[in-house]
Amino acid sequence: MLTSYPRLRAILLRVAQAVPVVVGVVVISFLLTRALPGDPAVYFAGVAADEASIEETRVAMGLDKPLPVQFVRYVGDLLQGDLGQSLSSGRPVATDLASRLPASLELTLTALILAVVIAVPLGVLAATRPGTWVDHLCRVVVTAGVSLPTFFTGILLIYIFYYLLGIAPSPLGRLDFIYLSPDHVTGFYLIDAALMGDWETWRGAAKQLVLPAATLALFTLAPIARMTRAAMLTALSSDFIRTARAAGLSRRAVLYRYALRNALLPVVTTLGMVFSFALGANVLVEKVFAWPGIGSYAVEALVVSDYAAVQGFVLAMALLFVLLNLVVDLLYTAIDPRIGFDAK
Amino acid sequence: MLSVKDLNVTFQTRQGEVEAVRGVNFDVAKGEILGIVGESGSGKSVTSYALMRILDAGGTIKAGEATYSGIDLRRAAERDMRDIRGREISMIFQNPRAALNPIRKVGHQIEDVLRQHAQATRYDARAKAIAAMEAVKIKDAEARYHAYPFELSGGMCQRIVCAIALACDPRLLIADEPTTGLDITTQKAVMDLVRDLIRERGMSSILITHDLGLAAQYCDRLIVMKDGLVVEEGNPIKVFSQPEHPYSRKLVDATPRAGASVRALLPKETRTPEPQIAASDQPLIEVRDLVKTYAGKYGPVHAVKNISFTVNKGQCVGLVGESGCGKSTTSEMLVRLLDVTSGQIIFNGEDIAKTPARGFAKDPRRARIQMVFQDATDSLNPRHSARQAIAEPLRRLAKMRGAALNSRIEELAGLVGLPLPLLDRFPHQLSGGQKARVGIARAVALDPEFLILDEPTAALDVSIQAVVLNLLVDLRAKLGLSYLFVSHDLHVVRLLCDHVIVMKDGEIVEEGPAAQVMSAPQNPYTKSLIAAAPQPPERATPKDLMETPDAQHPALHDKFAS
Repeated sequence: MLTSYPRLRAILLRVAQAVPVVVGVVVISFLLTRALPGDPAVYFAGVAADEASIEETRVAMGLDKPLPVQFVRYVGDLLQGDLGQSLSSGRPVATDLASRLPASLELTLTALILAVVIAVPLGVLAATRPGTWVDHLCRVVVTAGVSLPTFFTGILLIYIFYYLLGIAPSPLGRLDFIYLSPDHVTGFYLIDAALMGDWETWRGAAKQLVLPAATLALFTLAPIARMTRAAMLTALSSDFIRTARAAGLSRRAVLYRYALRNALLPVVTTLGMVFSFALGANVLVEKVFAWPGIGSYAVEALVVSDYAAVQGFVLAMALLFVLLNLVVDLLYTAIDPRIGFDAK
Repeated sequence: MLSVKDLNVTFQTRQGEVEAVRGVNFDVAKGEILGIVGESGSGKSVTSYALMRILDAGGTIKAGEATYSGIDLRRAAERDMRDIRGREISMIFQNPRAALNPIRKVGHQIEDVLRQHAQATRYDARAKAIAAMEAVKIKDAEARYHAYPFELSGGMCQRIVCAIALACDPRLLIADEPTTGLDITTQKAVMDLVRDLIRERGMSSILITHDLGLAAQYCDRLIVMKDGLVVEEGNPIKVFSQPEHPYSRKLVDATPRAGASVRALLPKETRTPEPQIAASDQPLIEVRDLVKTYAGKYGPVHAVKNISFTVNKGQCVGLVGESGCGKSTTSEMLVRLLDVTSGQIIFNGEDIAKTPARGFAKDPRRARIQMVFQDATDSLNPRHSARQAIAEPLRRLAKMRGAALNSRIEELAGLVGLPLPLLDRFPHQLSGGQKARVGIARAVALDPEFLILDEPTAALDVSIQAVVLNLLVDLRAKLGLSYLFVSHDLHVVRLLCDHVIVMKDGEIVEEGPAAQVMSAPQNPYTKSLIAAAPQPPERATPKDLMETPDAQHPALHDKFAS
């Protein structure tokens, strides 16, 4: 039956290829967290603990068992959807991730959409008018974007819009305390609030989101704008653009239907890369804006050798990347008919 | 209909202003096909881009007038120009595959033009696009409508480009090297189609080409351009038989044609007596039952199917065929860059097919068999100077160093006629002919016995091609080389080779002495190849320029033929 849907079959095949990657990630994240310096038993037994109580904690945590036994137990739990207890927060890791991952995703996706909306037109304009003020503006924005660290832009934005102008809310998390967080459906406050029809909360969440998203967007915008400009310049100098012009096609048709669609391929590649490093890089933004995201969670867990939390984080990120790569691949085939799934 | 007066086109470059076209005058009458002939850099393409006002950035019409049916093409508003392009004047280009949007269905690309010029609505665009495809004789147009350019052959892509150009019934068609890079039979099919459509619809046309033979066959009138100037204008028969300008004479001389010797391609002043080469009967390389099969996506692909032939010592064998016939695969197997599936390659009595291609670089026989590659530009490392390129085989295989190496390089440069000061230049600083010389010097550096020449002159202008072909003849005599000359150009093969092998679909369809195969071909495929090659009109009087006594060949201009 599947043979009659080559596309579906190809997608399933592509998903199946991700399985070994995930298995590898499980093994490596397990081993790496064990290789971390520091003894969690000492940490969790408390400052006043003696040898005996540390040993007691160790047994309670199952850390006295040999590594293979620990691994089998870990995988067994994983298969039941149990990522273990976080020792620092005291809650199941799965619960922590479910509340924090959407926060990070909401921030990153908003930033990325913002970046694309600004960067792609900027790149296109710069490519069509090389040497003009738009091109120079593009260059300045790109240089600023890559050279200003996110925590600096974050603090600068807070200083201007919160402290000096007072138009931004205090940079303390996803929602001001005067609002109640919306019912958990997707975990994305903007979507959840909209689903409830609670526009008051929606506006509150959006206000909180603007500054951190702008900070991250400024950072991710640079590579996208630069790639769009370069890809557009290449596309515009191709032979088929000359054919389109010689056929009298309008400037818009030439620019968008012919040049931009051909330039999109490298832009999508860049987008995938930018998304993955933005997820990692937003730790700093989360710290600056007290954003309860997954990045700050992982850093805190790492500092105290909270195995279960770190493993859960690495696994979630790995799955996210696998998914992201799949989406990018699918986008490729949608844009460019020359790329077939079954082609090696 | 179109009148061009004193057209000047300049480009702003970093080195300052460059004059690409300097005062060109010509007219195109209704129903006329005008040929613009010239070598690369003559400004022929730039002239046509200027008329369409699609010059690349930095290019401007500096002076002059271009009038089309009373419209001033130089001063018309961009909006009006857009209506003229595609609707009144349209263009077809060389390299058809690149000239189409790679990620848009060809049918939609035709629709774009129809819709732009309000020749179709959303509802009938599809039907009209299919009709336009049928007009350029695309079979099964309905199915091809959904194809992407990469799914079509080069010839089919050129038909699509024609369909786009002709969709809105323009009155003037500019064809810019429309068949460069296409196979010879495809070239004939495309050119015949374009000519028939032009005649049928009463259009005018400008055919831009470097191929004098092609221009003479399809044009009513020719202009010859050089360095942005028109140097000669007239009836093609007259331009051929009595070229007035020295440059046109040089071009006409350099065009390979029936009855001319390889020396006759050179300008008269530089001709030297042609060396006599006697090929022996002793076989140098014997190919027996050679087979190459690739694993393809849809089952095995039989690139070469059981072919056998022999190259004798001192012989030049021509391997002729169209793209995909297996001639390149065969030459790569002979030069041991590719492993054979089965069969033997007996070189000096030993089967070299047994040595895997991967290890052949270390084989002492590596130096005996060398190759000159097709594209002189792409086959040289852009970061290596000419000296380094020639030194490479000497260092690697002959372990030459220091003074010995340098003197050998300079000796080779002298042999191929490369001026010594050019040795330290990089490929981009050399002309096409100079790069070809570097490629040849590199191939003969180790005194090989057998040289495989893979279309060594395909990318060169005719006058340069003439020089390189003569160089190859001289080298063969001087060094006692045997050649396998791979080419699609029958005229060139006729000039150089003693023996010709014609390949089609991985098989040898005909072989024999060159003169015999060319003048009395037996196989229908060979016949069609020879018939498809453009036949330049024979040069006649004045007597002092006559090369061959039999100047009575009929002129093959199509007007006279019909």
